[in-house]
Amino acid sequence: MKKNLFTMVLVLTAVWVCNLSAAEKTLQIEGSTTVGPIADAFTEAFSQAYPDVKITVTKNGSGNGAAALVDSRCDIAMMSRFMKLDEFTASVDKGIMPVAHAIAMDGICIIVHPSNPVTELSLAQLHDIFTGAVKNWKELGGPDMPIVAISRDTSSGTYETFDHFVMRKDKMDASIEYVSSNPQVHSRVKTTAGAIGYVGVGFLDAEVKGLKVNGIMPSKQTVAGGTYPLSRPLFLFTNGYPALGTISHKFCTFYLTEKGQEIIEAKGFVPVTKY
Amino acid sequence: MNTEPKTDNRSLALTALEDFKGFAFYHLGRFSLFAVSFSTVLIVLLIFFFVIQQGLPFFKNFGITEFFTSKQWYPEAGEPKFGALSIIVGSLYVTIAALILSVPMAILTAVFLSEIVSHKIRNLVKPVIELLAAIPSVAYGFFAVLVLAPFLQTEFGLSTGTNALNASIILAIMALPTIISVAEDSITAIGRDLREASYGLGATRFETIFFVVIPAAHSGIIAAIVLGMMRAIGETMVVWMASGNANQIPSPWWDLTQSVRTMTATIAGDMGETSKGSPHYQSLFAIGIILLAMTFLLNIVSEYFLASAGKNSRKK
Repeated sequence: MKKNLFTMVLVLTAVWVCNLSAAEKTLQIEGSTTVGPIADAFTEAFSQAYPDVKITVTKNGSGNGAAALVDSRCDIAMMSRFMKLDEFTASVDKGIMPVAHAIAMDGICIIVHPSNPVTELSLAQLHDIFTGAVKNWKELGGPDMPIVAISRDTSSGTYETFDHFVMRKDKMDASIEYVSSNPQVHSRVKTTAGAIGYVGVGFLDAEVKGLKVNGIMPSKQTVAGGTYPLSRPLFLFTNGYPALGTISHKFCTFYLTEKGQEIIEAKGFVPVTKY
Repeated sequence: MNTEPKTDNRSLALTALEDFKGFAFYHLGRFSLFAVSFSTVLIVLLIFFFVIQQGLPFFKNFGITEFFTSKQWYPEAGEPKFGALSIIVGSLYVTIAALILSVPMAILTAVFLSEIVSHKIRNLVKPVIELLAAIPSVAYGFFAVLVLAPFLQTEFGLSTGTNALNASIILAIMALPTIISVAEDSITAIGRDLREASYGLGATRFETIFFVVIPAAHSGIIAAIVLGMMRAIGETMVVWMASGNANQIPSPWWDLTQSVRTMTATIAGDMGETSKGSPHYQSLFAIGIILLAMTFLLNIVSEYFLASAGKNSRKK
């Protein structure tokens, strides 16, 4: 009886191990909603080139991506910020070595209603708007109109980057409104005369007005070159550098190909490569 | 060929094996039905257990004074602050405002449907009203952001259109089908005897409806309102999109045109980025406990009134 049980456990383990080796055929990707569209488009390109590989992309925030990598629930974590120290240590404690692949650059663009005559703000002025020190556009050379400041929700990577570059450890005012996606910031700013908000540079279009920050207009050149003050790299994180030739390796280096660069540009981000 | 009628020739006396089979199937069937229904109960209990287990450590570590009295909600700051007062108040604001908007309309509609309009039209209108409940909340949310918010701004000159008023209007629309259909059922359940007695005493139709039928159906109507309230307080997507999520208590207090943040929106909005087991994560579950306690309480209240409504209509 005991022997039987032992054989059963052996067989089950063998089956499980076989499944693991077949896991090469699937790729779990999880994390940032900002990087998500790039990963989705990469996945689409991969589904044609490698039809027998199943790639799943889950977009639930950079923090969740990091947590999933630490718990070995995903193969690739998408992150719009670098790993925090505690995430990194938790990961190393579990025997997982996070390796970052910077696949694209993202610029955060400050947008206002097209009718707003203000064209330029400094980081300090932005800081004052979002801490509530400045509450009316006339203090910034605009019309007499209350400022409606719109932020992304605190779980978004865009928020964290904005928080890092602009707020510098100061708290946002209680009157700041929060919305849950880039398109929503765009539509709120488009329809609200006194609004100011921030979106990824890919969401800037003619319906809203992008502002210069510290005198520099957000553009591909200024974002990729790092002269625009609100730019950041976007990352894929893997456990160690992926074994060469694996699907994971191909995915993490896809941004180096011409097709990958086209996708990144099409999604409104700035590629780190130049073809 | 065989022409004699078919007969069921199962004998009435069971063999021992058949007897045992019957016994086994009976108990197996009973047990599997029990297991299925019990698993539902188990799921509810597990959810309660999980939320409380994750949230209680927060109260242990940070106490309850700050949570219920401070308006400072900065869970990710270097020195985190967990004052949920304005969040709890925000939930109550939009819920109560939604009820103020929806209850009169819903009850009048229920009266109209059950008392005044012909059966044919009622059977046409009621499904359409109930269709309101089938619209996904994210669709309501888009309506709030893309239609109602700009409308409030251009027509009423508000500086921001996503505010407590916007969320309340949408929540009121969402609570309507629940309140109407439960209230209508309870008004319809009031027997003819009461109405005929009222008419017999010389009361007009108006008097009969408002002084006899509605008071008689009050338990069901209160239950309907409470169910509508539960719908409003637990709604997440709409308030997340429509309320503006500013972490403040409006000042002056009656100014519904300012943005507020609710408990559900805070949980949904913050959960994505919290690391598991952190104080921020636990604080969200603490909010969950408060929310759970509120809906649980409302549920008991509605059960009480629904039960007494049932008793009343059985009495007649």
